[in-house]
Amino acid sequence: MELLIKNGILYDPANSVNGEEVEICIKDGKVVEKINQRKAEIIDASDMLVMPGGVDIHSHIAGPKVNAGRLLCPEDHRTRVRCAECFRNCEIKSPITRSGTGCAVPSVFTTGHIYSGMGYTTVIEPASPPLKTLHTHEELNDIPLIDKACFLLFGNNWLVMDYIKEGRIEECAAYVGWVLRSVKGYAIKIVCPGGVESWGWGGNVHSMDDHVPYFDVTPRDIVRGLCKVNQLLNLPHTIHVHTINLGTPGNYRYLIETMDCVRDLQVEDEPVIHMTHCQFNSYGGVDWRSLSSKADEVAKYVNAHNHVTIDMGQIIFTQTVTMTGDGPFEYLLHQISGNKWMNTDLEVESGGGLVPIRYNRKNYVHAVMWTIGLELALLVKDPWRVFFSTDHPNGGPFINYPKVFAWLMSKKARDKVTKRLPRLARVRSNITSIDREYDFYELAIITRSATAKALKLQNKGHLGLGADADVSIYDLNPKEVDPSVDYKQVGKALFKTAYTIKGGEIVAKKGVIKKCKSGITFWVNPQVTEELNSSIMPELTEKFRDYYTINLQNYGVPENMLIDQQAIEVKSKV
Amino acid sequence: MKRLVELTLTPKFDFDVPVEAEIISPDVFAGKPISEIGSLNVWVGNRKTRLSDAFEIQSSSKTSPETITIVLKGDLSRIRRIGKKMTTGSILIDGSAGFFLGEEMSGGSILVEGDVGSWTGSGMTGGKIEIKGDAGDYLTAGARGSCTGMKGGILIIHGDAGAELGYWMENGLITVKGSVGQFAGIHMRAGAILIEGNAGDRAGAGMTGGKIIILGNMNVLPTFFIDDVKNTTKIDGEKVSGPFYVFSGDVTEGGKGKLFVLKENNAHLSKFEKFIP
Repeated sequence: MELLIKNGILYDPANSVNGEEVEICIKDGKVVEKINQRKAEIIDASDMLVMPGGVDIHSHIAGPKVNAGRLLCPEDHRTRVRCAECFRNCEIKSPITRSGTGCAVPSVFTTGHIYSGMGYTTVIEPASPPLKTLHTHEELNDIPLIDKACFLLFGNNWLVMDYIKEGRIEECAAYVGWVLRSVKGYAIKIVCPGGVESWGWGGNVHSMDDHVPYFDVTPRDIVRGLCKVNQLLNLPHTIHVHTINLGTPGNYRYLIETMDCVRDLQVEDEPVIHMTHCQFNSYGGVDWRSLSSKADEVAKYVNAHNHVTIDMGQIIFTQTVTMTGDGPFEYLLHQISGNKWMNTDLEVESGGGLVPIRYNRKNYVHAVMWTIGLELALLVKDPWRVFFSTDHPNGGPFINYPKVFAWLMSKKARDKVTKRLPRLARVRSNITSIDREYDFYELAIITRSATAKALKLQNKGHLGLGADADVSIYDLNPKEVDPSVDYKQVGKALFKTAYTIKGGEIVAKKGVIKKCKSGITFWVNPQVTEELNSSIMPELTEKFRDYYTINLQNYGVPENMLIDQQAIEVKSKV
Repeated sequence: MKRLVELTLTPKFDFDVPVEAEIISPDVFAGKPISEIGSLNVWVGNRKTRLSDAFEIQSSSKTSPETITIVLKGDLSRIRRIGKKMTTGSILIDGSAGFFLGEEMSGGSILVEGDVGSWTGSGMTGGKIEIKGDAGDYLTAGARGSCTGMKGGILIIHGDAGAELGYWMENGLITVKGSVGQFAGIHMRAGAILIEGNAGDRAGAGMTGGKIIILGNMNVLPTFFIDDVKNTTKIDGEKVSGPFYVFSGDVTEGGKGKLFVLKENNAHLSKFEKFIP
């Protein structure tokens, strides 16, 4: 299969292509230098915006938590119908698509179809407890048209905390490597380090130096320990941290403290920590009434230190479902909102919770949250270190991404929302004083290139030679359209692609799915020395016998469970 | 004043699968000639079918109808969502109807001679539904899982009704001449329910406002406290004579809902009289 994309206006920041007319030749799913033009299928992309396929670094699309959301919110299945009414063109049923429902927690096929129709080709599920990753992979297998991977939760793992307490970082690295290999994960995710374990006893950790009951470690120890583990294992992504005290007023200082606690571990100007959905962690004030934005403080820190990357976690005023491994936070949210609540505790490894929520423009707290996400993206100067996310579905369903793109690209669009916010939220926010507007080049960075770079997916997020032929072509002329004025047109155009090309094949045209194929699941295989590996096994067997309800032999995901997979072999330092 | 136009629909065959017929509504039919109405689509099971292939359509007038009465005849118990989102006109059903009758309707009227299925008047905001037979469960309830219910209008049932009548009710009036199942008025926030027959267990569970009047036998939940004994009460401006035990609750939700229970048929509640403040 050969494809030639002609006359498109390409934005490929990884190769410093800024709005140039470039021909893209595709052969066998890869970008190549030259093809036989007579045989190739030609796509005329004149006056169209061409970008590499989108790479979403943080979107809860699969796993036990998401499935719990589907169970808890049957009303969401009806919302999908409503969404189809308001976004008439978001997904037109075609004979080859599988049916599905849901908006905040769509069913697996729908997830793939909508993402693909929007031009995304790689999506990462950011929180999967290792014990239940078999389920996550079952769902990932069924999500069509996008490549995917899942991060594994380690922040409250008893074994990890034991190792860190005893200072046995190398053994801990061997254990983490063993888990990643057994259950086919991609990176280390830390959710509320130590807090979810404390929640098992009805408590929480409130500072980086609080002790986790019965383990005698602090959140600081866990973050630092796992950061060292990450470096020893040489994993492609940094540690992915959802820090403590999420969603409480005045928590920005814990965000900064978390970032600061691994500063000395940086080597060669590479980032060592990724702070995720920072919007939920950039609050000032002492209570909800005095809640204010501290995005400026966070941005100041991020601008001054290059060992950290962040993503936005922007909220959108809509009905959604919050789901996180941070059990105590969900309980807090349940108490505040009075909405239905679901809590889970998973043996040894993690916990979690779910609460549906409606973000309301008239609500002071929600209005402040809305401003914080955008301020973060606009105040961090280097777009390569602030990624786009709504923490789907916590901040808003991914179907609403184009709305946020419009807010980032147009001050006029922001002002239109800002002037309808509560007066106090407007007055206390800096959003009106920020004039920065993203251009298409920067948009391509935060949604594609920077995320692929942070994940070290070499063939994603760019269209240089040898890259995977994942391309999104939008029916929008970036040379003529001024996004700061015609933000509505931009939002509409970015909502559905003219063509989505996945692995060298046209899978969607005008937002309608034309071809269904499964995507690849990436996982890392850290190569730890045989001695170290075998040295931890006796202890691991013993711990499994003591802690788990299942046997060591029954743990993990066999390779044949993953339909389409790519193992990334990494040479570890231990 | 436009002349009333009557439009009669009779099923051509027995449906053995559910039929999604939200287009059977005066708002959809208004202003359309018969041929156009016949070419509208309904889902019979998983198959899209023209309305004229599934129903015999007759009209009393050849002009384009605007103020319409739709008459449905025959067994319609598998036909769902009749009168969805209707705002005007009327529907007469000479038989039984299926689920979601009059879903989200805001005006007009529906009269059913037979029985209806569950979710009748789901999330309705206005208009009137009258049912001569029995009704299923979740009457006027919103979508499963959502915290919304009836927001206005009138629902009258001459027979019995099933469980969870008036789930998350926010306004409006429900009258049941027969008995109801469990959890009548669950999570009710405002509005009024009159039950002339007996009520199943746990009536008013989780209610935070509104009023439920029960003339038949019932058991009151332990989360309700007795307020008073009253001789009469009013529902929708009409007097209902008692005397009634008046309970308020549900205290687990901090609610101030009122439960009026006829003293005459509930001798077992007399033990609460000594607790009247």
